[in-house]
This record gives sequence, structure tokens and C-alpha cells, in this order.
Amino acid sequence: MTIRPIAVVGASAAGITAAEALRRAGWDGPLTLIGDEPHLPYDRPPLSKQLLHGAWEPAKLLLRTEEQLAPLGLDLRLGTRATGLDVATRTLTLDGGERLACAGVIIATGVAARTLPAADGLVGVFTLRTLDDALALRDRLSEGARRLVVVGNGVLGCEAAAVARELGHEVTLVGREPVPMAAAVGAGIGELLAEEHRARGVRLVTGEVAEFETVADGSAARVGGVRLADGSRHPADLVLLAIGSEPAVGWLADPALDTTDGLGCDAYCAAAPGIYAAGDVARWEHPGHGRPLRFEHRMNATEQAMAAARNLVAELTAEGAVATAEGAEPQERRPFAPVPYFWSDQYGLKLQAYGLTSGADEVETTVLDGEARRAVALYGRDGLAVGVLACALPPRQIRALRAVVATPVPWEEARDRVRAATATATG
Amino acid sequence: MTGRTDRPTVPTNTHGATTMKITLDADKCCAAGQCVLVAPEVFDQRDEDGVVVLLDAEPPAAQHAAVREAAAICPAAVIEVQE
Repeated sequence: MTIRPIAVVGASAAGITAAEALRRAGWDGPLTLIGDEPHLPYDRPPLSKQLLHGAWEPAKLLLRTEEQLAPLGLDLRLGTRATGLDVATRTLTLDGGERLACAGVIIATGVAARTLPAADGLVGVFTLRTLDDALALRDRLSEGARRLVVVGNGVLGCEAAAVARELGHEVTLVGREPVPMAAAVGAGIGELLAEEHRARGVRLVTGEVAEFETVADGSAARVGGVRLADGSRHPADLVLLAIGSEPAVGWLADPALDTTDGLGCDAYCAAAPGIYAAGDVARWEHPGHGRPLRFEHRMNATEQAMAAARNLVAELTAEGAVATAEGAEPQERRPFAPVPYFWSDQYGLKLQAYGLTSGADEVETTVLDGEARRAVALYGRDGLAVGVLACALPPRQIRALRAVVATPVPWEEARDRVRAATATATG
Repeated sequence: MTGRTDRPTVPTNTHGATTMKITLDADKCCAAGQCVLVAPEVFDQRDEDGVVVLLDAEPPAAQHAAVREAAAICPAAVIEVQE
């Protein structure tokens, strides 16, 4: 009899992790991994850091070598886009028209960089999501001193601005919010970062882009500057749009799926029977926080992919589609309840955060050493501490801080524990 | 029943492995410290920058499951496990 495959749609960190976890969970049937980029699975965080800087070459970003992939026995479809999914029959449609009837599907299509219509077709305007994006921008930055305007002062914009400054370029960082990364980490840590960027020579500008000024470049139009809504003009040879992203759910039209903000899933990362999601695209009900969450964080891609894979195999086992290995206990589906984690590197500073740092209604930032930018911040919601962030703290303290917010705890208790964890800062 | 396709055995089988060898590409380490949380007897972090330190390159069987978990979870794909 023909065994239907499990298909993993998306071949980045979540996709390759899901494929490996499916094998570890006991899926011995055919396994198809579909990625729209032509590259073998590679890692994205270094794109705005070491790769853009030129310190690393693309080969170093590969998540697995060919030798490591071989034992997985994958039907690997690179440069292939999924264009549809029929939920009831778990049937994918691929861009060549092929239909793939699956035993189960894991959706890990990630997000796409948001862009501005006014920038369409303008030479010198970049986004930074894929390896090809990063290499294109890196090429232009390697041609000599440039004036770079970064539009968007979130994590990506801040990291790219830091790299470009380190490379000696003239950098203007434009944000709608006056404080960088304020939405992600609050005003206190954001102000600390602002000080660092200013000290390094980045111009910080608040405003919204009204239009791009252009210069003629043969038959093409090349960007020459950015004009903001307040009328201020900022000359630019290069513009990086770092204005957020959109979950890649446009191909999911089946009304059985909720795609209002990413692909909606239950606590098990299931979007529908036999259909799971993981990574940047997945919005799921975190059992510990009691509300839907979606993270565009590298750590979550891995952890959620492992959870989704385990739960899909458990579901298929319960359906009788997978035999349990002899002597092994059948696995039960488990809710996905991670302690979220993200990090950001800017200049020599490392920010590391556990739990929820955005959407807080209370933030307490303690600067431990202003010059060294050493700081800790605690994030609360509804009287509970739900997140913590460390800037330039030693690893032991950071692990202790994680323990504080592993599950939401009363605010006062968390404050005491954060103080205790950072009291020996000089030790 | 399970369909068995013609493919090599996955090396990270949870049964039957007796030896394990760990190698690190520490240059790629992003200091997330997840490996230390999962397998503290095998991994540590340098105090100055949080980069991973390997405490035991050939850990005993009791550590194998935790090491596999650490390798899978590492957000910078630093840990390679051979069994």
C-alpha cells in the first residue's frame, strides 16, 4: 500500500527542525520538505549580524550539511512554493500544479518582509529577510562609504544600523517611535540602546516616511533620499526597510483555517486535524499565559517545531496511521508551553530576554552600570511578572533571571528575586 | 501500520546507542545558554561572554537524551552529536 507523506512546508529553522523531530518521534514514512528559497536550510539571525558585516560567509549559515541531511531520507523540494492546502483531505498544491495528498502537514512558512509601495522598483532600497537580501545589501556596503537610511527602529533595524556603523558608513535610523525597540523591550532599555547608537555615531530620527527622493540612473530610478512627514529630508545612497513583517499565510485560503494574524492554532500547535504550525507563522494558545501568542524569535522556531512534530506523530498514532515501536509507550499530545527567549546583538552589547516583554502594562528598568550599559528590566501584566530582559549581564545571572519568569509570578515577588539575582553583579 | 521507506537509520535513535561524541562549533555560539539549562553536566558557559564550554565530550548514557535535546534546541546549531 502507498503511504502518504508528512509534508513540512517551509525549509528554514522551524522546517528542518520539524523534519528531524518527526524522525525522532518515529515517523518512518515518506517525508517531504518544501522550501521556496533555492538554498539548503540556513540560519537567519546572522543575516543582520555576522553575514551583513562580512565576518561570516553564507556556508557558515547552513543549518545542516548534505551529510547531515542524508540520513533523514527527505524528499527535499527547494525553490518550490506551496500554493494551497485542502484541510479536509490534507492535500497540498505546489506551484508546479502538483497535488500532494498527505498524512499530515506542518506549516512553517515564516514571515515576509513588509515593504512600502513607494519603494517598488527603486534601485538602492533593500529589505533584509533572506540570504539573497542580505548578500545584496552587503555587496553595496562593501563598495565604499555610503549614506544608509534605515527605516524602522525595531530589532532588525537596530542590528543592521549597528553593523553598518561598525563598517564605517553614515547611518540614520528612522523610527515612528522616538525610542528604538520600544515596542519590544520598553522605553527604559530602548533609551539605553539609543544612547549606545548615538555614542557610536548613528543619527536617530523620529518620523514617518512620506516619500523617497530619486535620482536618474540610466533607465532606472535610484533612491537619493528619504523625506519624512514633517518635511525633513535625509539624503541616502542606500535605504533599508526594516518595518516589520507579514506572516506568510496568503496561500492558505481554506476557510477551516484562521489566518487573521499568522495561522491560528490550539495549545498543541494544531490548526486543524493533521495540520500543525510552527515558527514565526504560528499563533497559538500558550497555556501558561492564557492568550494567543506569535513570536518571530529564533528559539521559538526550534522549540515549536519540535512540539508540533511530536504532537502530529502522536495524533497520527492515535489515528492508527503510525505504528508504535515495539515496547515503546504511545506518546500523548502535549500543550506547547515554552519560556519564550530572544536575543539581540548590537555592537558589543547582548540583550537576552525570557518570557513576554512586549504588551506589558508595567515595566521596571534598573540600570546597573550606565557606562557599560548593564541593565535588567522586568515586565508585568495584570499584576504578574511575565518577562525579564538582561543587557550585558553575565550568563549565570541571566539563567537565574529566567527562573524568575519561567511561570508568571506576583510582581513584588519577582522584583525581589530579580534584585537578588543581580545583586552580585561584580562577582 | 507504519510504512517503512528505504532509507538509512536515523543516527539519533533513542535505542541501542552506547557511545556518544560531541563536537562544537563554538564560534557560532550566540550564548543563549539553552544547552546548560537542558544538560548542565555536559555544557557550561564562559563567564565573560556566555560562549558554550564542553564539560564532557563523551558523556555517559544517562546524559544522552539530554544532549540530543540540547543539540536540537540550540538556536545557533552549534552542537553536533555523533552516536
